[in-house]
Formats: sequence, structure tokens, C-alpha cells
Amino acid sequence: MQTLLFLILFPILVACLLLFVKRTTSRYAVVALSALAIGGASVYLLVRYASGGAVYFAASSEATDIVMVAIEMALALFIIVMGVKFRNYLAIALAVVQAALVVYLETTFAGSLHAANNLFVDQFSIIMALIIGIIGSLIAVYGVRYMETYHHHHPEVRDRQRMFFFVIFAFLAAMFGLVFSNNLMWVFFFWEVTTIASFVLIGYSETEEATTNAFRALVMNLLGGVAFVAALIFLAATGPTSGGVDLALVLASGDAAVILVPAVLIGFAGITKAALMPFSSWLLGAMVAPTPVSALLHSSTMVKAGVYILVRFAPVFAGTFAGLSVGLVGAVTFVVASAIAISRSDAKSVLAYSTIANLGLIAACAGVGTYMLVWAAILLIIFHAVAKSLLFLGTGAIEHRIGSRNIEDMEGLIVRMPKMAVMMFIGIAGMFLAPFGMLVSKWAAIEAFVQAPFGLVFIAILAYGSAVTVFFWAKWMGKLVAVTRGTERIEKGFLEEPWVPLYITTAIVILVVFLFPVISTALIEPYVFVIYGMTAHLAQANVAIMLLMISLLLILPISFSLFRKSAKRLPVYMGGRPATPELQFAGSLGMTREAQTQNYYLTGYFGEARLYWPGAVVCIVLILASWVFAGVAL
Amino acid sequence: MNWLWLIGAVLFLVLAPVAGGLIAGIDRKITARMQGRVGPPILQPFYDVGKLFEKERVVVTTAQNFYVLAYLVFIALSGAIFFAGGDLLLTVFAFTLAHVFLVLGAYAVHSPYSHIGAERELIQVMAYEPMIILVVVGFYMVTGSFFVDAIAAATVPAIAYLPGVFIGFAAILTIKLRKSPFDISTSHHAHQEIVKGITTEFSGSTLAQIEIAHWYENIFLLGLVYLFFAWNPVIAIIAVAVTYVAEIYIDNVTARVRWQAALKSGWLAAALGIANLAILSYMMIGGA
Repeated sequence: MQTLLFLILFPILVACLLLFVKRTTSRYAVVALSALAIGGASVYLLVRYASGGAVYFAASSEATDIVMVAIEMALALFIIVMGVKFRNYLAIALAVVQAALVVYLETTFAGSLHAANNLFVDQFSIIMALIIGIIGSLIAVYGVRYMETYHHHHPEVRDRQRMFFFVIFAFLAAMFGLVFSNNLMWVFFFWEVTTIASFVLIGYSETEEATTNAFRALVMNLLGGVAFVAALIFLAATGPTSGGVDLALVLASGDAAVILVPAVLIGFAGITKAALMPFSSWLLGAMVAPTPVSALLHSSTMVKAGVYILVRFAPVFAGTFAGLSVGLVGAVTFVVASAIAISRSDAKSVLAYSTIANLGLIAACAGVGTYMLVWAAILLIIFHAVAKSLLFLGTGAIEHRIGSRNIEDMEGLIVRMPKMAVMMFIGIAGMFLAPFGMLVSKWAAIEAFVQAPFGLVFIAILAYGSAVTVFFWAKWMGKLVAVTRGTERIEKGFLEEPWVPLYITTAIVILVVFLFPVISTALIEPYVFVIYGMTAHLAQANVAIMLLMISLLLILPISFSLFRKSAKRLPVYMGGRPATPELQFAGSLGMTREAQTQNYYLTGYFGEARLYWPGAVVCIVLILASWVFAGVAL
Repeated sequence: MNWLWLIGAVLFLVLAPVAGGLIAGIDRKITARMQGRVGPPILQPFYDVGKLFEKERVVVTTAQNFYVLAYLVFIALSGAIFFAGGDLLLTVFAFTLAHVFLVLGAYAVHSPYSHIGAERELIQVMAYEPMIILVVVGFYMVTGSFFVDAIAAATVPAIAYLPGVFIGFAAILTIKLRKSPFDISTSHHAHQEIVKGITTEFSGSTLAQIEIAHWYENIFLLGLVYLFFAWNPVIAIIAVAVTYVAEIYIDNVTARVRWQAALKSGWLAAALGIANLAILSYMMIGGA
């Protein structure tokens, strides 16, 4: 239990300490050392608890509950103050409603808000803890130097770095708390903390756009928060049959119809937090924040909390029409967000849409909720966290170097920033190519959906969705690898430290390909087996072939050295005109002209304007349907 | 230990280029006859590729050779997985990986013509990918396995259950074989384009590798056609031959369409496949 408490409390301590650290070098030391400690503790957690089943800890104290309620009220007050300051009355209204509901819950059901065990750890929590503890802290380390450079580039932004890192570490603590809590009251508390933390971080630059987007994120997540409290009230009111606020008891409850209602409500909270349609806009708006924030929100925290809770409740969703509707929200989000990603040229926007799409896929797996799909969903969570954090950190580093995050401007990155380009290449490959992680998960999802009820709908959506995915990732890759002539290398002179988190993350992306059979056997399969009594796994032969493929991918670049000396170089074909290697050709009237290449964005077909609303409307209908189905089942 | 799978893989790696080259030769002969020409000797594709290997090595950038080599290696690997009786989905994904390498090769040279070819190749991938996945899913629904050896050993005629999937697959086969009307990224025919699309900047032995990869690929694709009829090998081989001749015919009577039409056709083919599978799953749950 000490490890759990350490992981929750230590980041808070560090956060408070960082409030008083002014100089970047000392901040770097503090952050790096705490990152080591947190990462180390999460690995220790793995070693200590991986082999057993779920372990529960009482960890009970009246004082904790009171402190939590007090903090919740303080946060509500904070929202109201901010709402008044920026005249956002919707946020105030939601905060008031939520606070009122919490008060109602605490007063009316005071007796039934206790779980026998407040904390627990099982294999799924361990996986989440590793993601938060390793990826999350790496992002924090990266953030220190990034923020220094950020303020160089943006002198107009008020330097609030101490507050920034305070919130980052508080965020990590809340995420740990969320995945270790067995008391749903506690889960809700940490849930709200992540909402507020992301609100503060998104609004960091204090521009009008940042504030607007921060409030949008806040309002949408508060909406989910209200649904969460409603679920808690329902659970407290039906305590004897539903299991009350004890997560383990709720999931073990025999009365499927009763727990479906809170599951759908909490699932709705998960949908808002995971930024599925129609709530995707808050995650897109979150791009205005400094890149470490995006990396954190997209890979290891926030949105992962949303899918975490969905996957936790997957056994409840399994085999119900309500669960099917939730799954379809995810599936529709997957295909629509992937398609919109085609039309985006801003790297962060592409990454955001891809995050939304993948969260949709995870939600689709969780909503249908068969054992194979839960297995696939957890794989997706792992691989997505790893690859996406690398891509965000990479994009941030590139943006500081070339002054743009437009994919078109990344042309020829392999010449200008070879190391960076290779890392981005690996990250993108990690998102969509065999034998890397995300594809393995998609593959598992296809195999699982074939055997699931109404699986064909999901298969169809997945088939189109993954085709679209190939298009937008491959064209980005293409821009990176274009060997442009006459451009200089600008990689040197970059501050040394930010590279370290990048190197480590890249190594992790490759490592998980080798390790995923082990991860699956040691962590995911036992977790799935405990719940369903059976489990999924990949065939031995396939694992062998995939290891062969990744080995080939690592060996093949050696062939570069074979070609280097032998060949004669010529300029490219320019319609037969005399041309230079820099894509200049002799035009008419003795003029020298330059050719440019640009990717296809197919905006007329895949633009946001064309696809967003149809997708959002379908998802709203599906969400309402999930409520109706849950209500009817009751 | 059963080593049969290894024989399948090795036979594919050794024989597929031979068979693929021969089919390409026959293809050219039939095409020529359809156009009222005599046509080259059957072995002409081998002479062509042999000659390419003797050409001077000329590149725009050395990186292009790496991508093309990776393309060839992964095409061969995915075909080998297929003929070793491996997982069909894994085969499909390895294929996608291979094609992405070809596309990256075209991007790497940073040339206007091959850039457009690369974009169009990606559109082609986007057009055929859904249908390919549905083919795999269809086989699973009929035979209960994703593994090629199990699908090939099935005693039920897959084609009887999957006619819509087969028609859809035949449509995207046109894309994969690089035949009109969907040969938008590069074509075998000189009359289709002035510059060679995605292969514009590849020459000599690199171009030869692309050609060999294409032979490997065609054999794999015909293997997929075979699976639809695998319950009876004689009928299966006839069906493969008929399908291929039909593709040659379509190639010769149609002109290249725009990318929009290619994409829509590919996705429409997939819709047909989905309709087929929906009826099939309805029959499996409700009917029999």
C-alpha cells in the first residue's frame, strides 16, 4: 500500500516544492529526480503486484473524505470565480449544479458513501500506473526545457512556470489516485481534479483563444462530471443491490439492470473526458496550450482517464444495447475523426484527430465489451500512449526549431533534422504500420469484432477507418523523408536535455513491440481472465512473424551503406527541362522557376466542415439511445 | 514438427517471380492480341528485367534504393506468410507496410512527378484497403479461421457464400494489378501517361526490383482469388485464369478514370462486400 500512497502523494509534494523553485536548472533537477522516483516506483509496483490478482487496501479515514469534499468545494468556488472573471455563465451554472449534487449526495446518503476498501491495485491499474509514471514523468522532464524555450519565443506570455509545473505534478497525482481508487467517490474526486488541472493548463498563455478553449474544455468535462455525480447518487440510493460506491462490488453486482444505469452515466463522463464526438472540440482547442500539455493530455493523462473508466465498466456494457450504443459512439468517432485528419495540415491538429479516433476505437471495444475486445482495448491504450507522446514531443521540438508545425514545412526534415525525423518516423510507424503496436491492436480488434454480436457494423467502420488512417499518416511520413537538396542541417545547437526524453520514448516505442507478448501474458491476460474466465492472445506463429518483421525493419537500414558509393546522381525529371537538384528548372523566356510539391488534403471530401456535424449528430443520437436502453432495461 | 509451411514459403519465394513473370508475358501477349497486334514473346518480361539489371546505376538520392528494397522484401515476406498458410490479416498488414515503403521511396526523391504518383498510390491504398479487410473477414465467417491453410482446406465453397465479396474484390483487383480504369498512380501502358507516375525516378536495378515485387504481388493476389474456390482445385485454377483474363479485358476496354472515381469505386465495392457479409451473418444467426 505504501507504493500506492507514495505514487499519489509524492507528486503532490513535488508539486508544492516546485511552487518555490525559480531557476530552470534547479527546476530541471527537481523534475528529473522526481521523474526517476515516480517512474521507479511504478516499476516497483509492477514487480510487487503483477503476479497476484487484485489487492485491496482499506486506507480508510474520515479525515480524507472531509478533505476531499472540502477540496471539491474549493474547486467549485474556483470555477465560479473564474467564470465570473471571464463571464462564462455556463461554467458557473454547471459548477453550481455539480456542487449542489455533491452536497445533496453527502448529506442524504452520508451513511452509504463508504467503501470497505478505498484503494486497490490490479494488473490494469499497474498498466495505467506505468503509463502515467513513465510517459507522464518523461513529458514533465521534457517540459522544463521546453517551457524555457517557449518563453524565449513568446515573450508576451506571462511567465507562470512555477504554477505550470505545480499543476502538471498535481495532474499526475490525480491520475494515480484515479486508477488506484476503489471508492467511486474517490474516483470522482480525482476525476474533477484532472478536469480543473487541464482547464488551468490549456489556459496557460492567457490569450483570448486560450481562455475560450480552456472554458470549452471545462464546460464539456463538467457536463461529464454532473453525469458522474448523478451516477454516484443512483448508486448510493440503490446501495444494497448495486454495491454502492464500491467499484469492485458494483462490477461484481448480480443485478445487471441496476448497475447499467450508473455505468452508462459514468460512461458518458468517460465519453466527455475521452473527447469522443460530439465533445471532440475541447481536445482540439487544447492545442493552444504549450506542447507538453498536449502531450500529457493526449497520451498519459486526461483522455486516458476517460477510456480507463470505460474499459473498467466494459463487463457491465457487454451484451447490452446500451453498451452497443456507447461502442457505436466510439466507432463513429473513429471513422469520422480519422477522415477529418486527412484534411488537416497542422501537425498538432492531425495528432489531435488521430487521438480522438483512437480513443473512439478504444471506446468501441469497451462498449461491446467481450473478453477479446477488452484485451484489445488495453493494448490500444498502451501503444497509443507511447507512440502519441513521442509524436507530440517531437512536434514540439520541431516547432521550436523550424518555427512552424505545419506538415508542409516539415518537408525534408530527414535532411534538416535527421535524428528528429527518424524519431518521428518511428512514432508515426508506431501509429499505423505492422508490426508496431497500434496495428497489432487494430488487428486484435478486427478479430474480436468478428466474433462479437453486431460485430459486422464495427468491422465495416474499422475497415474504412483504417484505410483512411493509412492515407494521412503515410503522406506525413512522405514529407519527412523527402530528400531535399540545398537545405542545411539545423539540428545542432538545440538544448541538449530535451533530447533525452525523446530518445527514451523512441526506445520505448520499439521496445513495446518486442515486449508486448510479455505485457500481454503477464498483465493483460490475467486481468481479462479474472473478469471473464477466459482470455485472448495472439497465436505464437504470428508473434514470431512480427518479431521477424521488426527485426527486418531494424536491419534493412544497413543497406543504406551499400548504395552510398555505387550510384551516379542525377537531378529529378522535370518534364525534360534543364533542372537543378533544388527543383529549379528553366522556364520560358530564360526565367528560372522553382517547382514545389504539396500533399493532398482532399478538403472537399474530408473537410471538418463537411464531416463534423453529421458525425456529431449521429453520436448525440447514440448517446441518447444508450440512456434510453439503460432506462428501458431497468 | 510440421515443416510443410516452410516448403510453401520457400516455394513461393523461389517460384513466384518465375510464375509472375510468365503471367506478365502471357498478359502482354493477350493484350496485344486484343489490340490486334502480335505482341512480344512470352519471355519478354524476363528479358526486360534482365536488361534493367545491366543498366548504369543512376539515382536521385541513394535513399530511394533503400525504400524500394524494403518494398521488395516485405512484399516477398507477406506473400511467403500467405503461402506458408499464415494469418491472412497479418499478410494484408504486411502488404500495406510494403506499399507504404514504395510510396516513401517516391516521396524521398522529391520530384514533382513521382510526388503526384505517391499521392495517387496512397489514394489507391485508401480505395482498396476496406475491401481487402472485408475479404479476410468474409473468409473467417465462412471457414471460422484467419489462417490460410485452414481456409484452403475448407470443404465448403467460399464463393457460394461470398459472391458479393468476390465481385467487390474483383473490382479492387483492378487497382492492385495496376490495370485500367484504376491505374492512376502508374500504368503498364505507354499510352496512359507521358511520365511514369510513382516510378518516374526509379531506373536500372531499382526499377527491376519494383517489377519483381509486382510479380510477387500478383501471385499473392491470384492466390487470394484461388481461396474463394479452394474447395475444388480444378475449378479454382480455372476461376483464377478466367478472373485474370477478365481483368486484362477490362484493362483494354476502359480508360483511366480520375482519382475520385477510383476512390468511390473502391469504397462502393466494399459496401457491396458489407452487404454480402450482413446477409451472411443474418443467415448464420437467424436462418441455419
